[in-house]
Amino acid sequence: MLVTNIEILPDKQIVEHLGLVQGSSVRAKHVGRDIMAGLKNIFGGELKGYTELLQESRAEAMERMIEQAEAVGANAVLNVRFSTSSVAAGAAELFAYGTAVVLE
Amino acid sequence: MIDLIILVTLLALGYGFGSYAESRHYKSIIARENRLRHIPAVTSRFPPMNNNSREAELVSGSVVISVDYFKRFIAALRNLVGGRVTSYESLVDRARREAILRMKAQAEQLNADIVFNVKLETSSIHKGRGNSIGSVEVLAYGTALKTQQ
Repeated sequence: MLVTNIEILPDKQIVEHLGLVQGSSVRAKHVGRDIMAGLKNIFGGELKGYTELLQESRAEAMERMIEQAEAVGANAVLNVRFSTSSVAAGAAELFAYGTAVVLE
Repeated sequence: MIDLIILVTLLALGYGFGSYAESRHYKSIIARENRLRHIPAVTSRFPPMNNNSREAELVSGSVVISVDYFKRFIAALRNLVGGRVTSYESLVDRARREAILRMKAQAEQLNADIVFNVKLETSSIHKGRGNSIGSVEVLAYGTALKTQQ
């Protein structure tokens, strides 16, 4: 499965467009991590726990998107975009979407 | 009185650790930017069509950075009079540069020559007291292109 965020690939022709595929993941913060983050809010600096948490959930959103693309019979997802929104206090939704296509 | 002592202690801690962490972070950012200069990250949407032996892959880098207590206090004061909030400017600048560097590091692992269609996304994920921004998350992503050997 080829995943990119450009619209056309230099050496490959698109045979078929299969429409939009998407994947999302909503994650809440961990209490332990939250306490650490509270301390970091005094000293400043990177919140490694949050960085990891968001990376994991973004990877999960991508996986779900790829699963959906596989289900419709695509072999590539082009023009992938990410978006983040906070659904409730303490929870974030990570969303990935792109166009499923069949490349030759 | 106790409240005042706590406030002053927090401010001093924030100022001390915060400015130390920031200057160290900037040093590391500049060093890594120089090292990764051979992989340009560009925002143009279309790769050049003349080279037909290229492989594409999505790369991304993200970081969550928090501002220290002292800077948040200064920003709250700044809110009263308006104007540039320099303490937050350096926060988002550091976060963006760090995210781009992490993306480039991923591209380097793939032996990519260039990163196309770079997009940056910023979101505030943690709201501190009084609805002030506690920390920002920056995500940088793009398509790494490599010449096939």
